Amino acid sequence: MTRIILRRLLMLVFVTAGVTVICFVISRLIPGDPAQLMLGARATPQAIIQLRAQLGLDQPIGAQYLTYVRDIFRGDFGTSITTRQPVLPELLGYIPATLELMLVAMILSIALGVPLGVLTAVRRNTWVDNFVRGLAILGISTPTFWLGLMLMLLFYAQLGWLPGSGRLDLGVSPPLHVTGLYVVDAALAGDSLAWRSAFNHLLLPAGTLALASIGTVVRLIRSSMIEVLGEDYIRTARAYGISKGRLLFVYALKNALIPFVTVLGLELASLLFGSVVIESVFAWPGVGNHVLGAILNLDFPVIMGFTVLASVVYVAANLLVDLSYLVLDPRIRSVG
Amino acid sequence: MNMVSIASLLPPALRGPLTLVAAAVVTVVCFAGLAAPWLTPYRPNAMDLNGVLQAPSWTHLAGTDELGRDLLTRILHGARPSVAAAFGIVGIGTAFGLLIGTLSGLLSGWFDTVVMRLTDVVMALPGLVVALALTAALGPSLFNAVVALGVLAVPAYIRVARGQTLALREREYVLAARSMGASTLHLMRAHVLPNVWPSVLVFMTFHLGAAILASSALSFIGLGAQPPDAEWGSMIGAGREYVLGHWWYATIPGVVIILTASSFNLLGDAMRDWLDPRLTRDAT
Repeated sequence: MTRIILRRLLMLVFVTAGVTVICFVISRLIPGDPAQLMLGARATPQAIIQLRAQLGLDQPIGAQYLTYVRDIFRGDFGTSITTRQPVLPELLGYIPATLELMLVAMILSIALGVPLGVLTAVRRNTWVDNFVRGLAILGISTPTFWLGLMLMLLFYAQLGWLPGSGRLDLGVSPPLHVTGLYVVDAALAGDSLAWRSAFNHLLLPAGTLALASIGTVVRLIRSSMIEVLGEDYIRTARAYGISKGRLLFVYALKNALIPFVTVLGLELASLLFGSVVIESVFAWPGVGNHVLGAILNLDFPVIMGFTVLASVVYVAANLLVDLSYLVLDPRIRSVG
Repeated sequence: MNMVSIASLLPPALRGPLTLVAAAVVTVVCFAGLAAPWLTPYRPNAMDLNGVLQAPSWTHLAGTDELGRDLLTRILHGARPSVAAAFGIVGIGTAFGLLIGTLSGLLSGWFDTVVMRLTDVVMALPGLVVALALTAALGPSLFNAVVALGVLAVPAYIRVARGQTLALREREYVLAARSMGASTLHLMRAHVLPNVWPSVLVFMTFHLGAAILASSALSFIGLGAQPPDAEWGSMIGAGREYVLGHWWYATIPGVVIILTASSFNLLGDAMRDWLDPRLTRDAT
């Protein structure tokens, strides 16, 4: 078991090195001189030479890469060209909003996807099953950004049930900062007005992200439930007269959820990209929106900082997923 | 890449007809892309400032945009870049993935090790986020978006091709050819490639659906197709400004994307049932 963990950790080092190489190469692909870009068109040649030396751009490429990696490990992701602030603290400031969005999206897609997956597995090949699976097919073929616009059109513009942008209503002040997740902070502060406002604002963007991934969840749970329901121990449990609900949701689902953990890890990738697109649709003040602004302003330190951060988070999350298998499934432990 | 079967999720009776519908949709879309100039009386970039943001009517079946351009015309013309982008992404992935994957499987040794470690690294990354950064660095354009998404898709093709090659390598006829002194190049061309194709083709068709969604997403946020070019994703991007009060602008191109993407997905399934029957059993 230690060997598996060690091998995985080694892989993490490999991948992190890979990420930095890729990001470094990308940042060198940018047309034009970063020094020129930062100083503007009317800079004197002298100032440019000076800034180039200051940025280390006159060094050999290998040395530049090593400096780049060293700075990243120190948490120095460079300076934003537009705001002239250090990139990392600025990005971190936007993370709670995005984290709140992604967490609620994940909770929604599990809360809806798992029961639907169980339902379709139990009622296999009936109209319920076919209907839900038809929706799942449409789900994976629908662009997330378009879905967001349509939900906004329906629930905000037509019905007026939910707010269409931002995190809070005008005039509602954000709750005292504890975690940065407004729903949690408002609950901690006992501020029901802010809580309701924050929750209502979350529903559309988080719902869009959840709907985008729900198809995958339903199909995965369905196929692994069907597999588990065919096992001998389920038949034995049924013969013992254990109630159907307990059989499905305790005995079968527990094992059917194991492959699901992997999907959660992979799902994070689509949530990371989805947050860029969906935050822009719903004017959600998170990392994604910030990065989109950086893209439009060609603010490369911010774009690259986000890419490195997102990649490292993604790789680390998938490492956790792999390790959680060791806890969830004793059979893997003995094999390794 | 998501390889969970789709048609097998449908009742058997629907499989045939639905596949036909999907094939028809893809044909119509490809035809629209090629014949767009002759299909409508309007030009895609012809402005009519007296008729901006008109709702769908008999003169403008899909309405007009903020410059009075006919949206149906733009959707038809947009089929070309939208579908071509998907084919370009899949083409880059296939060309490099097939070559590197089969070589890697045949040669094994250090080449194989290096290739596998590299694919591990790239596949461990959140692909679309890296594609976003890569496109931004290359400069926003549909061509660069296609290059970025295509390059990032190569490792997945390498894995498919290599896996098939490894299985083929130990087959008697390949061993026989090798014992008679056949070169790696000959083995690849005569024995491996023809048999690796079916799996890759199935993978390609599924990928077309995902590729259309990815490239239109990059266009939506302004990194892909640039104005005034008509492309489905960028049309939705432009239409979002007017979504409140002018529903047709962003809605209709999205429906077209869904139809096209789901058709590719359904075709991928039919293709798998046809070319690679062994895989169908995996998805219950």
